Amino acid sequence: MVQSSALPAEQYNYDIVRKFTIMAMVWAVIGMMVGVYIASELAWPGLNLDNPALTFGRLRPVHTTLVIFGFGGCALFATSYYIVQRTCQARLAFPWLAEFTFWGWQAGVGLGALSYMAGITQGREYAEFAWPLDIAITVVWVSYLAVYVETLRRRNQPHIYVANWFFLAYILAVALLHIFNNLAVPVSWTESYSLFAGVQDAMVQWWYGHNAVGFFLTAAFLGMMYYFVPKQAGRPIYSYRLSIIHFWALIFLYMWAGGHHLHWTSLPDWVSTLAATFSILLLMPSWGGMINGIMTLSGAWDKLRSDPVMLFLITSLSFYGMSTFEGPLMSLKSVNALSHYTDWTVGHVHSGALGWVALISFGSFYHLIPRLWDTRMYSQNLIYVHFWLATIGIVLYITSMWVAGIGQGLMLRSFDDYGNLAYTFIETVEFMHTPYIWRALGGVFFVTGVLVMVYNFVMTVRSARREQAALDAKLAAKMAKA
Amino acid sequence: MRHEQIETNSGLMIVLILVVISIGGLVEIVPLFYISETVEKVEGVRPYTPLEQRGRDIYVREGCYACHSQQIRPFRDEWLRYGHYSLAAESQYDHPFQWGSKRTGPDLARVGGKYSNQWHVQHMIAPRSVVPQSIMPNYPWLLERDLDYSDMETRMRALRRVGVPYSLTQEEYDANVARFGPALADQFDINQARESLLKQARDNNFDGLPDRITEMEALVAYLQMLGTLVDFSQYEEGYFGRFR
Repeated sequence: MVQSSALPAEQYNYDIVRKFTIMAMVWAVIGMMVGVYIASELAWPGLNLDNPALTFGRLRPVHTTLVIFGFGGCALFATSYYIVQRTCQARLAFPWLAEFTFWGWQAGVGLGALSYMAGITQGREYAEFAWPLDIAITVVWVSYLAVYVETLRRRNQPHIYVANWFFLAYILAVALLHIFNNLAVPVSWTESYSLFAGVQDAMVQWWYGHNAVGFFLTAAFLGMMYYFVPKQAGRPIYSYRLSIIHFWALIFLYMWAGGHHLHWTSLPDWVSTLAATFSILLLMPSWGGMINGIMTLSGAWDKLRSDPVMLFLITSLSFYGMSTFEGPLMSLKSVNALSHYTDWTVGHVHSGALGWVALISFGSFYHLIPRLWDTRMYSQNLIYVHFWLATIGIVLYITSMWVAGIGQGLMLRSFDDYGNLAYTFIETVEFMHTPYIWRALGGVFFVTGVLVMVYNFVMTVRSARREQAALDAKLAAKMAKA
Repeated sequence: MRHEQIETNSGLMIVLILVVISIGGLVEIVPLFYISETVEKVEGVRPYTPLEQRGRDIYVREGCYACHSQQIRPFRDEWLRYGHYSLAAESQYDHPFQWGSKRTGPDLARVGGKYSNQWHVQHMIAPRSVVPQSIMPNYPWLLERDLDYSDMETRMRALRRVGVPYSLTQEEYDANVARFGPALADQFDINQARESLLKQARDNNFDGLPDRITEMEALVAYLQMLGTLVDFSQYEEGYFGRFR
């Protein structure tokens, strides 16, 4: 008995998972605080403080990079390294290379954020890293692929579990997107000019940008879902067949959808129509994943009442379903004409990023942390507190952005009785002041929830250490007696 | 093929994933480089002068695209507010493109010539002194910092490598004279990069400081030419629609 419970810790490399979990929380706190700060800058521009490094334009990529690649990236490294070992029943391959992916990734994210504050940027949304960092990230990513695939190859199971399909697709797709989107000719160590120009550059960038969402923030987190939801529910995945269909459909369709970010622009109509068509088709595999996750709980719905971790996981799937419905809606050209360039898009992104990505990560971490440190969570009640703070924060955020976005969109296109524009642009800016305050408040709620989680996490690790010390002392006493 | 064969073979799975994820990009992106109607045939579009390009570099550095688009859509309200919808041709020398995705501030695709140089300088130093409700940050350092143009040749060489017709040889220079006229051909000549930049700055004094060339100088030079290159009165209605 003692032996079997002691085995996993030695059999698997949990050390790397622990490190990535800790850093995910560190980047979450910093990245989301930067988010609250820049949200406040839009409500109170004095906060820019006449300091170049703190202006909205430079801090915005700091926020997106720390949250997407810092928090999201570390959460994915942690869970994928955990899942691939558990489902393959094999220890992580190339431990030194996995260690390198950890340090390399932290350095990339940290240096990226600092470089944007110094004004070093490629000016490509979600791909602002200067070219030397791009190359470094590519090296880290290829190492990740090597560790992951080699671990899969060493599996002691004939089948590759479904979560790993999603992780594999995400690692391959992100490599492809990252390399092609960042092709550039360097000017100096910090600056470069992109290989493509104008309309082609725009299409390449949004092919990347949309699939950064599709693969980094969706497919990979579905991999997380496919492991932690059934584990926490103690039930098998609802439908194996559905998982096959929705996996292949999802990864095929996503790659076509990027052009919907460029509706009504100089991008030729045929591309934007194709992109809209595939965006609508995308609803099916997206909801396939949501249904597969939520229905896994069928017959165990009572867990929603008794298990706060389940609450996180199922709520995240609900937000996933909601934002993957909103996405195709916004990709319709007629809706996009109103929503594009407004805060509706920002709200949509956050219903996905906070509601889906962050909540599924928190739920997975609450499942993972006790197993990594071989103990129980310090407080179940604090998990509930975190859940409600996060949910209130998300609701405040997305409703205020609907108001700001749809409001601005309607104001900009309204005419008076003589056919003149009814509002000047600056009047829409004035209108958005109040929703911007509510949005910042939503962010404060969400960050507070994260801080509660960090406290719970720290206390859990501390009590785990105490328990271990007590156990060691007991054992030593027994040995001494014997 | 049964799915069991795929999910028991990691190599096969990798190959199939790569095939499936490549199709969308291949179909949608590659033709954009080969279909000639993608970029409209239009007179007047030219590369940026050295000073304008440095202004554009500053625009990128400060992350202006986070709040300002440079892409007007073909709607009546945008026509009234900003002007003719943007053409693909108008950003054909943009490395990288700066169309943006969010309008926290107004679109800038045709901001050139709408305001005076002095207005831009004042607006950049303290936006709320000219637009009280504005939420734009102050950019006072643009007027304090001298423009670094020591590496102008290197920049133009890099842009030439990605396809901007800056000239290095006599042959290329002559081609530019034929295409853009002698004054602009001088501006696009890499061998006279710094002199050209100084000349444009001295002739126009965009920042209002005659004895200095500041970062503001370059940025205002860039803003003042945005969207001004195409004379739309030259084209019959519906001409550009043929390219969409």
